[in-house]
Amino acid sequence: MDLGLSEEQEMLRTSARDFLQKECPKQLVKQLDESDEGYSPELWRKMAELGWMGLVLPEEYGGSGGSFLDLVVLLEEMGYNILPGPFFSTVVLGGLSILAAGNEEQKKRLLPEVANGSLLLTLALTESDAQFNASSVKTDAIPSNEGWLVSGTKLFVTDAHVAQYIICPAQTSEGISLFLVDADSPGISRTLLKTLAGDKQCEVVLDKVKVPRQNLLGEGGQGWDYIENVFSKMVIAKCGEMIGGAQRVFEMAADYAKERKQFGRPIGSFQAIQHYCANMAIDVEGARLITYQAAWLLSEGLPCTMETSVAKAWVGEAYHRITMLAAQIHGSIGLTVDHDFPLYYKRAKIAELFFGSPDFHREIVAHMAGL
Amino acid sequence: MDFKFTQEQERFRKEVRDFLEGEIEKGIFETRANGWVTEENEAFVHHLAERGWLGMTWPQEYGGQGRSYLDRLILTEEMMHYGAPGGGFLVGDRQIGPSIMAHGTEEQRDFFLPRIVRGETSFAIGISEPQAGSDVGALETRAVEEGDSFVISGQKVWTSNASRSDFIYLIARTNFAPEVSRYRSISEFIVDLKTPGITINPLMDMAGHGHWCEVFFDDVQVPGTTLIGKKDMGFYQIMSQLDYERAGVERLMGNYPLLRGIIDYTKETKRDGVPLCKQPRIRYMLSDLMIKFEVGKLLVYRVAWLLNQKEKPTLTRDTCIAKVYGNRFEQELDNAAMNIAGLHGQLDSGSKCAILDGAITRAYLFSPAHSIQGGTSEILMNIIADRGLGLPRK
Repeated sequence: MDLGLSEEQEMLRTSARDFLQKECPKQLVKQLDESDEGYSPELWRKMAELGWMGLVLPEEYGGSGGSFLDLVVLLEEMGYNILPGPFFSTVVLGGLSILAAGNEEQKKRLLPEVANGSLLLTLALTESDAQFNASSVKTDAIPSNEGWLVSGTKLFVTDAHVAQYIICPAQTSEGISLFLVDADSPGISRTLLKTLAGDKQCEVVLDKVKVPRQNLLGEGGQGWDYIENVFSKMVIAKCGEMIGGAQRVFEMAADYAKERKQFGRPIGSFQAIQHYCANMAIDVEGARLITYQAAWLLSEGLPCTMETSVAKAWVGEAYHRITMLAAQIHGSIGLTVDHDFPLYYKRAKIAELFFGSPDFHREIVAHMAGL
Repeated sequence: MDFKFTQEQERFRKEVRDFLEGEIEKGIFETRANGWVTEENEAFVHHLAERGWLGMTWPQEYGGQGRSYLDRLILTEEMMHYGAPGGGFLVGDRQIGPSIMAHGTEEQRDFFLPRIVRGETSFAIGISEPQAGSDVGALETRAVEEGDSFVISGQKVWTSNASRSDFIYLIARTNFAPEVSRYRSISEFIVDLKTPGITINPLMDMAGHGHWCEVFFDDVQVPGTTLIGKKDMGFYQIMSQLDYERAGVERLMGNYPLLRGIIDYTKETKRDGVPLCKQPRIRYMLSDLMIKFEVGKLLVYRVAWLLNQKEKPTLTRDTCIAKVYGNRFEQELDNAAMNIAGLHGQLDSGSKCAILDGAITRAYLFSPAHSIQGGTSEILMNIIADRGLGLPRK
């Protein structure tokens, strides 16, 4: 047992923190949240130069062969600083799905472009009922002369408005298959949704969209198996972002409690506030350990369905509690648009619900435990 | 990072399980939720000692085995799994031994450590007093130096297992100069509980256990060799001992048999032909408990792992985090078990229609104690805020 990060992982953390602090100040975050693009191509290029998009991709596909745990450390820093943009969509949803589902030709064609930052991807996981399960996939694909015709409506597709390809699960006669859909194909319309957090999610309507034969990812009918194989990684990657955000919120609140004076003394000297902070510390530590445990299991290729759901259910609610306590400690100043706190507060709730709400994951835990 | 135990550690876990199942089969002990506090069992302790499992983390020169804290974690985790007894022998292994190694003289080490390892000596811990609960520095028990000895007078209370222990690990005021800080005037002693002048009075708790005791010291004369470490520095010495007291998996898993019991109960018990565990509300409660248990386990594992590291700057904070979290979990489990079992949960062992041998009702009656004993949750949260996060005191 070794519950510490390696020296390389600590270095990755430090350099990512420094880079994001310098290159992605909160003013930029707020600008991007309000913009339609939602990301900065210049920042994206710099991240690509640092090798972030290829961090978790094998060397043969232009990546640096890092572990999934390395990626979680990086995502933690992205959550800590907040980094708007399609990194999660491109690398976690797109890159890892292609790595899991794609054939050799597809991996060689697509992944090096992910690694060098020239390709933006996303995955259209949910439809109108917003559930993360196979029975929710109503989109279908009909064979045609040159390949397939895909029709249906995908909802809450992150960064679909800037992605070059959207990976779409669709029903076929063999079951669900994954299709790599060119986002500029005729018959696609992408509508940016007005979201609580200002992150970019779209409705994607596909009307007999032509998908060439070579863009069927992997084997037909295996689509949801591929998704299930990567789903744990999507969930834990999201947890990585969340524990970074939770850590930052906790630090902001504890720092403010030390500075802010009322009744002639720092409010952090009052026991009520101290206990709020202690409770946040407990939640932050629990969230971090339970996330790292799953990330490590995934890195080692060990079974981890139970641990993934334990983590997502717990981290989501812990982050929510942390944001509520932090809001209380800050008082009204923390609720103003000039403050950084709202950026975290909003993202915390969305992250709690994405890739399965706590109740969704509690049901998986109940099922796995034989209840 | 590596979250798994080694093959060797897994083999050890199997060995411990086989041993504990054998003990239960032979009728040496019965599984009891919270048995580690409320039950004491000499035969069981001797069997632990025969295997070298008391003081297993200590250096070999003191009769220990120099094993890692993760091995000890595995041992205690399995003991909690099976609801094994603990009492004053566990205390010796857990915190008295490490304290004597840190602060004791060579003679004290030679005397006590082998006896703890052989399971011959049990300890009560004399910290709390009627006027010194969370505020340990307010203690009033006095130890006045007279020649080569000390004369102790005063009272301790909530002293677990004093009525059946051999020694008491005690703190008392030794410096009465008004200008000296109340924290720099306390010393530690190990006193034989058979010394004349000591009166022990067990207090019954509402769960029916008499493990808490009042201990009265009426001009008790003890030799100077009972002093542990530096005179007047006992408060600081005992703070590091408390890390060990609070660090263990027993703070999370003390009532573990109840978790297993209630889960099995909901699988086996049907209402209108459907097992209770299929009811959405009960599924929710149980899976939520399991999730919280998994998080708690990692908080405890982290402390065990940290105890093996050279540098452990966050140890005090992390032990407080683990204990506060674990105690909350235990209380939530007790309440959930009661709510799931409904009116059957109230029936005590031996009653007609009792379920889980009355474990739920006894655990529920013990429940409030979790967040009081060994440092209240409020004091521990103060420590997290103060020493862990650096929040100001005024």
